[in-house]
Amino acid sequence: MVPVKAHNRWVIACSYLLALLLMALPLSPPNGWLRPEFVAILVIYWLMVMPQQTSIIVIWVVGCLQDLLEGVALGQHAMALMVVAYVGLLSYQRMQNTTVWRQMFTVFVVLGLHQLVINWVHSLSGSAAPSLVFLLPAFVSALLWPVFYMLLERLRRYWRVA
Amino acid sequence: MKPLFSKGPSTASRVFTLGGLALFLILVNTYTSLLDPVRARLATLVAPLYMVADAPARAVDEVSDSLRTRRDLEEENSALKAELLIHKRKLQQMATLAAENVRLRQLLNSAEVVQDRVLVAELIGISPDPLTHKVIVNKGASHGVYLGQPLLDAYGLMGQVVEVSEYTSQVLLITDASHALPVQVNRNGVRAVAEGTGDLYQLKLRYLSNTVDIRVGDLLVSSGLGQRFPVGYPVATVESVVHDPGQPFATVVARPKAQLNRSRHVLLVFSGDRAGDAVDAVELSVPEESEEPEESEGGSG
Repeated sequence: MVPVKAHNRWVIACSYLLALLLMALPLSPPNGWLRPEFVAILVIYWLMVMPQQTSIIVIWVVGCLQDLLEGVALGQHAMALMVVAYVGLLSYQRMQNTTVWRQMFTVFVVLGLHQLVINWVHSLSGSAAPSLVFLLPAFVSALLWPVFYMLLERLRRYWRVA
Repeated sequence: MKPLFSKGPSTASRVFTLGGLALFLILVNTYTSLLDPVRARLATLVAPLYMVADAPARAVDEVSDSLRTRRDLEEENSALKAELLIHKRKLQQMATLAAENVRLRQLLNSAEVVQDRVLVAELIGISPDPLTHKVIVNKGASHGVYLGQPLLDAYGLMGQVVEVSEYTSQVLLITDASHALPVQVNRNGVRAVAEGTGDLYQLKLRYLSNTVDIRVGDLLVSSGLGQRFPVGYPVATVESVVHDPGQPFATVVARPKAQLNRSRHVLLVFSGDRAGDAVDAVELSVPEESEEPEESEGGSG
């Protein structure tokens, strides 16, 4: 394998930090379900555009930070992001070669899995969602995926992240 | 051009290893409390995120404060003065009632009620997870906040501190699905357990038999039996009581008194023997003299 010279990787770190910040923004409780899963979206994106260079450990650590941020069981988001990363690693070639509109469906399915893991961990402590409402963030994220994709592509091109 | 599958297996195995590790952490975290000190330590790392996320709201508050007209301020001032007058009138009776209460307690040989001390804190964040009812306040271990400390707002009990980091702490609200607290009906002293439902406007009273005297509109106050919350703070009002003959227990739903999704300024209570901690650790602590008598008045009325 020809090693790719790392270039401006700090942009990735900054993007994760920004995503965590966006997760921390307060929303009134009923609207909480409408917040896209910013961190998981970023994981999907970075794994899609640079699958070989994305560090799994970084994703895991970001997941743990998100757990601390949300005050949920440590490892909850880390594990959900591992599921996202695994599916992302399996499907990045398909994702790269399809239109943004089809990517939306993949994003929905992957984030649905993410939410499923989250809800499962919640069910361990007895606070699982009462209905399928827990899939709403996945749906919102999928709807907004074209926007995120466009913005992130610009960001990546501008800083020439490699 | 890089070859495609050269790194595949190792990445996948890393995913599995880390996924397994995460699962292990989840199980340890859910079923034991081994990781709690570690979490508290690490929570200091993410606290700045909440402070940054809170900055815009704070800035808007400040700007709108400084942009208010003199007229607005005068109006607010007079409204507050009127309110203060009403409270002061109540307080006049409080003093005598409090003294009377102490004397009666002495007559009954029961323990004297300890005055609680409070620390004013500000809410700087709420958990982004809709299934977790937790809030973050801007006071932490360095201010003397301790694990299990009760949190109030102006209207009632909000929750208890579950994680203390250096400058912030995390509070579990009483409506969280994993929270329950012992309460009693203020009217007749019937004891019950109020359990969170995961809905910000609902508490459920568990194991109340169909014959128990409880009515819609009853005030539930903390009973202090769990040794965690001090006695007598308002918790909720009963909203509906359903007696279903097919069920062994009545279904009683109550609505929390505290404005769980609105209050920004909250009070951390240093109760009982912890009251001493607040004095040296806290610059803002004010003795709450009206606290106990207020309840005795509520009891008679």
